[in-house]
Amino acid sequence: MTGFATPLTGYLLVAALLFAIGLAGALTRRNAILVLIGIELMLNAANLNLIAFWRYLPHPEALTGMIFAIFSIAVAAAEAAVGLGLVISIHRHAHTTDLDEMNRMKG
Amino acid sequence: MFTPQIAESAASGILWLIPALPIVASGIIALFKQPMRKLSATLAIGSLSCSLLLSLFAFGHVLVGWDRGSAVRETVNFTWIQVGTAHVDLGWILDPLAAVMLVMVTFVGLLIFIYSIGYMAHDENYTRFFCFLSLFAGAMLGVVIANSLLLLFMCWELVGLTSYLLIGFWYQKPSASAAAKKAFLTTRIGDVFFLLGMVWLFAQTGTLLFYNAGMGSMEALKLGGLLATPSGLGLTAAGAIGLLIFAGAAGKSGQIPLHVWLPDAMEGPTPVSALIHAATMVAAGVYLIARVYPLMQAGAQVGGTTVALTVVTWIGATTAVFAALIAVAQNDIKRILAYSTVSQLGYMMAGLGMGGVAVGMFHLITHAFFKALLFMGAGSVIHGCHEEQDIRHMGGLKVEMLGTFIPYAIGMLALCGFPLFFSGFWSKDGILEAAQHWSVAKTPLYMLVFGALLTAFYMTRQVSYVFFGNWRGHGEPHESPSVMLMPLAILAFFAIFLGAIGTPAWPWFRAFLEGHTARFDLAGFGEPGLPALMATSSVVVLLGLVVAWWIYGNKPTRVEDPDALERAFPTIFTLLEGKFYIDELYGVTVIAFYAWWARVADWLDRRVWGGIVAGIAWLFREGAQLSRLFDLNWVDGGFDKGCEELANSGGLMSRIESGRVQMYLRLLALAVVLLTAILIWSSRG
Repeated sequence: MTGFATPLTGYLLVAALLFAIGLAGALTRRNAILVLIGIELMLNAANLNLIAFWRYLPHPEALTGMIFAIFSIAVAAAEAAVGLGLVISIHRHAHTTDLDEMNRMKG
Repeated sequence: MFTPQIAESAASGILWLIPALPIVASGIIALFKQPMRKLSATLAIGSLSCSLLLSLFAFGHVLVGWDRGSAVRETVNFTWIQVGTAHVDLGWILDPLAAVMLVMVTFVGLLIFIYSIGYMAHDENYTRFFCFLSLFAGAMLGVVIANSLLLLFMCWELVGLTSYLLIGFWYQKPSASAAAKKAFLTTRIGDVFFLLGMVWLFAQTGTLLFYNAGMGSMEALKLGGLLATPSGLGLTAAGAIGLLIFAGAAGKSGQIPLHVWLPDAMEGPTPVSALIHAATMVAAGVYLIARVYPLMQAGAQVGGTTVALTVVTWIGATTAVFAALIAVAQNDIKRILAYSTVSQLGYMMAGLGMGGVAVGMFHLITHAFFKALLFMGAGSVIHGCHEEQDIRHMGGLKVEMLGTFIPYAIGMLALCGFPLFFSGFWSKDGILEAAQHWSVAKTPLYMLVFGALLTAFYMTRQVSYVFFGNWRGHGEPHESPSVMLMPLAILAFFAIFLGAIGTPAWPWFRAFLEGHTARFDLAGFGEPGLPALMATSSVVVLLGLVVAWWIYGNKPTRVEDPDALERAFPTIFTLLEGKFYIDELYGVTVIAFYAWWARVADWLDRRVWGGIVAGIAWLFREGAQLSRLFDLNWVDGGFDKGCEELANSGGLMSRIESGRVQMYLRLLALAVVLLTAILIWSSRG
């Protein structure tokens, strides 16, 4: 595995950082849209991992990691659309996007 | 004796229709509504008319057979219940005895049905009356044709039921419903013995059929077996069974000591008194004895008698005199006739006991006609006097009610046994003649002659009070409608001429029943002792008539005046008026005993059995209490604890479900971190 300027660990660290930032955003933000953005960040951290592992592991010619990542991006896009739709309908319903107010599903 | 003819014929084949028609009619009438009066009367009378025609057909068949020289005895038997090898058979029989009774019951019954149209015209329960009357007629005809003691018993009980229903027809009157109960219970006492006798007979012979081609219980083979069996009381089984059956007959026929119900039964409507308590049902007891006569007679030597028949005779003779004495001092027009009926039934029983079937049955038939006549005449009088029954409140009715008076006088003379011209004379004379020749004792003869004297006396007293003297009632008496007088006239005809078939010169009736030819022979009057007896009985009757007429006849009296006899012999009169205080005697003995026994049973129930029951109940209650405590403290406690735990943990868990999405997310992240840590930790190891 030579010829790469950056070792695999670099990518993994970036991805872990990205994931941590996303998680922190999703956990700390009150605004539902910002939480969704955090979740997108975590998804893309996972995508970055998929690409990195694909490239550094023995069979890069099989394109598996890239296909996986494209699927994941497509799903993330759909998820973002659904998520934003939900946020809009919640906003219409409750006139807020503050997640702490959205506690009516509690047991 | 003729050769018995056993084969079936058309007549015996359709015999069952005779009782079935009125019973079916009664069932249909039961479905009618109250306003369907005409229809119900038509149906009842129509069905009984058909029965009368069929009875006449059957009678004609027997008559033809008898004329040809064969004693008709046709039976139709069938098995009712079969249990293993034992079987209970039912069946019906057509013989001269049944044929004569069939015609009498249907004919008198029909006349009384017709009379009821007039008598019950104003009663709102007219349809119910005809329903019961029809049922009675059917049951009575069933008794007559039964060839099985069991079938006879069933119809016998049905007859008892209808008697109860009809005595209590005006159940709003407490006296009527009490009389109905009294009649039912008193006859039931006799019937218990009857049932015992029947069971015993079945145990001994294995059959309850009377005649069954040599295998019936009234035929020589089985009777021989009964005679050979001792009953343990110094009697043969035949004698003991005969006495038990006689107890049933005594209950139905009002013989001492079970006579108390019959006078009270006069609470029923008068047609009922005429039909049931004079002509037919009370005669059923006499008929029963006539039916089982071979059993009663079994073992008798020629010219001798049996214990059973001796008992029948003594009871009958005692009843005859006893009831006649009471009748002398009664003031209710129907009660006089009721006691007279009891007395005449005594004559019939005595006649059966001493002279055989023909003697008793002849008096039964003639009595049925003239006593029905008297009762219906009394009903007409009661009707005409505005429901008044006390003869002291009547008087002088011979003018206003001539159409009632003439038949009534004929019936009264027939009952008294007025010489030569009335049927009662011949039938009573037959009994007296039998008593004259009885081998055991002469006392019954004297008793019966004395009874005849009393009969003439009390009937003359009654007629004097009712039809002669001055009117002492309230309102104006009026004559009854012709629908009530026609039957009286017809019965009056028979009350006179029926005697012709049983005179000593032409003993047709006896010959017909016993199955030999009858010849007209004036020498019949010349039998030893007979002229003297006839003269004696004539004199006795005339004496009774004259003495009573001399005391009571045609004298103006007032209601308050005491009876002539009461003035002369106050003690005796009071005793007779109080019916010898038999009811009171039963009141302080039998009934008091039962009341005491009921109280004992009540005390036992309350204290002893009740105490035991209460004790057991207490035990169970205490046990239940224990079980309750166990439940409350153990089982419930456990459940409560478990439920509480569940609720608590549920509450705890529900706190996590805060509905705050980010809290979920945090937990998720925490879990992922933990999982990752565990994974790393374990992969290192």
